[in-house]
Amino acid sequence: MVNYIWLFMMVSGVVAGAVQGELDLVTRAALKGAKEGVAVCIGLISILVFWLGMMRIAQEAGLLDRLARLLGPLARFLFPDVPKDHPAMGYILSNMSANLFGLGNAATPMGLKAMEELQKLNTDKKTATPAMCTLLALNTSGLTLVPTTIIGIRMEYGSANPTEIIGTTIFATFCSTLVAILLDRWFRSRTAFRE
Amino acid sequence: MFETVSFLSKIMIPAILAFIPLYAAFRKLPVYENFVEGAKDGFPTAVQIIPHLVGMMVAVSIFRETGALQFYLGLFKPLLSWVRFPEEVLPLGLLRPITGTGALAFAESIFSIHGPDTYLGRLASTMQGSTDTTLYVLTVYFGAVGIRRSLYAVKVGLLADLTGVLASWLVVSWIFGG
Repeated sequence: MVNYIWLFMMVSGVVAGAVQGELDLVTRAALKGAKEGVAVCIGLISILVFWLGMMRIAQEAGLLDRLARLLGPLARFLFPDVPKDHPAMGYILSNMSANLFGLGNAATPMGLKAMEELQKLNTDKKTATPAMCTLLALNTSGLTLVPTTIIGIRMEYGSANPTEIIGTTIFATFCSTLVAILLDRWFRSRTAFRE
Repeated sequence: MFETVSFLSKIMIPAILAFIPLYAAFRKLPVYENFVEGAKDGFPTAVQIIPHLVGMMVAVSIFRETGALQFYLGLFKPLLSWVRFPEEVLPLGLLRPITGTGALAFAESIFSIHGPDTYLGRLASTMQGSTDTTLYVLTVYFGAVGIRRSLYAVKVGLLADLTGVLASWLVVSWIFGG
């Protein structure tokens, strides 16, 4: 599916450029996009290096295992295929906690570490496992209690009450996360059935 | 309650930065060495993501800058005016899963035209805050471990985004009126 989305965006962009007779627009857009992509990765370096360092301390000290035990029932419900004491659990749960508290910066490194651990359990390294899809579903649906970025921007634009949208946001994100979890379950059982 | 939560999120990082090393030191672990050991993984992971993210950002940029996105938005308009979805925020709903910065820029344009404390401003805020950039998360997470076939993850992500848009629209109309 990603292949189709990618192809669709590329081709319709080039066609749109051609129709307007402005093909150099396409070239400029392509190079701008490439530059942005690298810039985002460069920005990720500092965040990844810093948080992965902190996470290693937490892991060695057994804090991640404690978190995994504390929230075990929830994790086992969401990730039935991951063994109970597997290190992936600790990372998954810290990723979810970071998202909940609006610490997006910290959530990404923890999520990537969780992916790495899930990849160790994967028999076919090129194909995602159901557990990976669940982790993705939780992250794309953006479950959070504090939408930090948008509150900051509302402040910048002189909102009289920048936090008034927290309630509506929690409601909306709760709905999308619930749907994500249910769909994930449904697709998972369908794939399992087919095999 | 909201004040408590936003206060918590403000002190959370400093608290974590003090708590984790202290806890580890209490268990007689070499904290600094552990930090450095873990931090080493950061750079290769970031580098690993570059090709995936560049590929995706190039397509998104071409799609957006050439006006192809505008064209498809236009196709959706009749349907949306039929269900009375406010068409001013429609681009945001479509941008949100594709590009985080693009969606944010659009939300800002709504704030500057209509103001953050209007129905549209609140709706844009809620839509922006309630989901994450599906395509970006997918690219980064799968890219970092070299997954090629993503199974049904894209569908789940996009349908969840759609749910987020509809839920935002309903709840904002209900709470703040529209």
